[in-house]
Amino acid sequence: MQAAISFQNVHYHTDSVAIIKDITGAISSGNITTVVGPSGSGKSTLFHLCNGMKSASSGDIFIQGEDILTLTPTVLRRKVGIVLQKSIMIEGNVFDNLSLPLSLHGKRLSKEKAIEMLHLIGLNETFLHRKATDLSGGQQQRVSIARTLLNEPAILLLDEVTSALDQSSQREIEQLITSINQKKETTIIWITHNLEQALRIGDDTWVMIDGKLAAYGKSAEVASSTNDKVKQFFEGGEKK
Amino acid sequence: MTFFQLSLTLIFVLIPIVLSKTFRLGLEKDVLIATIRSIIQLLAVGYVLQFVFDSESYFYIFLMILLIITTAVHNARKKGVMIKGITWKLILTYCFIEVLTQGVLISLKIIPATAQYMIPISGMIIGNAMVLSILFLNRFTAEIENRTGEVELFLSLGSTPKQAIHRQLMTSIRASTIPTIESQKTIGLVQLPGMMSGQIIAGADPVQAVMFQLLILFMLLSSAVITSTILGFLSYPTMFNERMQFVAQTSSKE
Ligand SMILES: Nc1ncnc2c1ncn2[C@@H]1O[C@H](COP(=O)(O)OP(=O)(O)OP(=O)(O)O)[C@@H](O)[C@H]1O
Ligand SMILES: [Mg+2]
Repeated sequence: MQAAISFQNVHYHTDSVAIIKDITGAISSGNITTVVGPSGSGKSTLFHLCNGMKSASSGDIFIQGEDILTLTPTVLRRKVGIVLQKSIMIEGNVFDNLSLPLSLHGKRLSKEKAIEMLHLIGLNETFLHRKATDLSGGQQQRVSIARTLLNEPAILLLDEVTSALDQSSQREIEQLITSINQKKETTIIWITHNLEQALRIGDDTWVMIDGKLAAYGKSAEVASSTNDKVKQFFEGGEKK
Repeated sequence: MTFFQLSLTLIFVLIPIVLSKTFRLGLEKDVLIATIRSIIQLLAVGYVLQFVFDSESYFYIFLMILLIITTAVHNARKKGVMIKGITWKLILTYCFIEVLTQGVLISLKIIPATAQYMIPISGMIIGNAMVLSILFLNRFTAEIENRTGEVELFLSLGSTPKQAIHRQLMTSIRASTIPTIESQKTIGLVQLPGMMSGQIIAGADPVQAVMFQLLILFMLLSSAVITSTILGFLSYPTMFNERMQFVAQTSSKE
């Protein structure tokens, strides 16, 4: 089966620092792939490369077989949806925030659809008219997820979207994502700091260390990797 | 007024210096510099204007306007270093304002095409445009710095660069023009505009002076809005690259 995203010798550096170093690998279509790695190892940067917010300094990225550079950025970013690590709410209420993806290409969001989305992410309809910037961190993360989902992406990138949620809310979101993955066959790539979560929900897991892809494959296999750095990372948890 | 009388007015400079010394405000140096600069600059302008008026040559009028625009660009560009090609964008904006206003005034025969009218009006219009562009650039830079996240959110959802920066752009245009608009609402009530006061003191008919002042006010109003708008729409595209990525932060280092 064709890969959802494939990387070939991808590098990314700013003026002075190398951030992504020679990544080659493929994300299987229809799977949930989790991405773990120490803070600063380049996980978010990898996501930005995937939806065209940044361009690789060298190497090639293919989205469903098409060279990313041949895709129009606005189209690419709807196809490869991203829920950013920092949930940013625009001014206005929750409805305004949910409407944003549609209004950007001249469509309107119906109230029914908005309420449906709220229920999906575990909020009730009274939230529709709440001021978005006043929501709690966890509520903002939920709204961000719904907002990106409204673009109906074929590939969904989730950057630590449950970090501000309690255990039971985390489970709810996990179930939501799993059901989207199954019902709509959306490919999911999920960055998380929670290793237990990563191995449990991921079909595949990628381990990034210092800008490199240190291990990847079936989650169970990656967990028992013999690579020193990877072992050290799994044993030491968050230490770099 | 004679030079002797003018030199007596230096008493108004002495007062702040004495106050500054007494209360240790530390303003002496700046007051002195400001005084000396204003004397030299204004006298020089006075003599140059006299020369240009007497010569009745469009070449000198052109040179004067060029000088005004160059100085204004030089002052304003410092505030826009994060915008690529800001110098040319300012030159274009100021030239447009200049041609538009002079074009309307002269073609409608509101003013004659002589140095006596064209140069002071250019000074006022370009001076106003300069202040407006500084206000705009300050605000726009601040908006960009504080709201990078919002711009990136829009882009990440598939917006065009224009959609992504629309709010920041409009806020900056609006904010920069507000002082001009607000000050015009109370004009005449709180203070008489400088030019009108000058004309009345010099003996002009007050109603004539008012009519001329109104003309200037309307012109300033439109040049304010035009300046910010043109500058805004010329500036925002440089903050994105051809892949619709937000690059404002990296270009700020130049
Ligand atoms: N615009 C930038 N300019 C310079 N360096 C950057 C820039 N963006 C990110 N970096 C650096 O790139 C490295 C990787 O950052 P990235 O955000 O991808 O890490 P991450 O793995 O997502 O970390 P975290 O788990 O903390 O979110 C970091 O060292 C970071 O400081
Ligand atoms: Mg990150």
